[in-house]
Amino acid sequence: MSEKEWPLYEVFIRTRSGLSHRHAGSVHAPDEQMAIDNARDTYTRRSEGVSIWVVRSDRIVASDPAETAELFEPAEDKIYRHPTFYEIPDGVENL
Amino acid sequence: MTPDQELTAYTLRLGDNALVLGQRMLELVAAGPELEEELANANLALDYIGQARLFYSYAAEREGNGRSEDDLAFLRHEHEYRNLLLLEQPNGHFGDTIVRQVLFDAFYLLQLEALMGCSDSRLAEIAARATKEVRYHLRHSERWLLRLGDGTARSRQKVQGSLDNLWHYTGEMFSADDLDNSIQKRFDGPDLPAIEAAWNSSITAIVDTATLTLPVDRDMASGGKQGAHTEHFGYLIAEMQHLPRSYPGVTW
Repeated sequence: MSEKEWPLYEVFIRTRSGLSHRHAGSVHAPDEQMAIDNARDTYTRRSEGVSIWVVRSDRIVASDPAETAELFEPAEDKIYRHPTFYEIPDGVENL
Repeated sequence: MTPDQELTAYTLRLGDNALVLGQRMLELVAAGPELEEELANANLALDYIGQARLFYSYAAEREGNGRSEDDLAFLRHEHEYRNLLLLEQPNGHFGDTIVRQVLFDAFYLLQLEALMGCSDSRLAEIAARATKEVRYHLRHSERWLLRLGDGTARSRQKVQGSLDNLWHYTGEMFSADDLDNSIQKRFDGPDLPAIEAAWNSSITAIVDTATLTLPVDRDMASGGKQGAHTEHFGYLIAEMQHLPRSYPGVTW
């Protein structure tokens, strides 16, 4: 019998129709179908979602923490890009 | 028994099936093969316990003699439980558990779907609710059976052994006794020969896809519906009843 560990999958849950999927956590699973089942059992036990995405963690390409300075800091002093000058109408919940 | 009492007895049987299988699955809590499967098992167990509560509280109401759902679940004697023998069989290894789940849930789903159309509206409502849960259970266990059967040589050998051993307990699900017949006739209940045919074709398809061989053994055990249990059952209810028997009326 193989002692290999199951691969890791990242789990994304959509809480309601119309909203986008959000990262919820991760699960181990032997394959993609079972990853959906495991994500369902782990992250939607309390009616947290209406849709699940899973993707193998090793398929995710991530930015390098060492490059944080050149990637993200230039945006920090450009406040005119932030939508803070608009008034959000009452009743808009999910902007 | 009057037809009214028969419906109560039948409801109790359904409750016993759900409770005993729920208790078995709960034994796997903190003993699952993987963290994720552990949660899955606990979810299945809680679904069964929830169904048992619905059946028992309805049966208690129908009895109307002051027994509560807890009394029905915890304070009856071994021979008063009318669950199928298949459900009290030990969890064994993971393949044994999965095979038991598939064999029963494939039947249970058909039984519940039939009950959704029965003439007792309360039982039909409980069945409608349970159907959704059991459909997921079957899907989950079936997927595991495919992976174990069509997995490694060792996993196939082990799960084929599970199938051969547990097959002996499947005949009881379809052998209609007086109560089954009466519920079908008087309340439009499940038609067991029709369910057996549907079960056979779905199990044959699952077993084929899992590259396993359907057992040919037709020697079937029975007795659960009459309260004659296998030796495993005494241990199961001893553990299950320990707390309410040792501390009568305990709440938390």
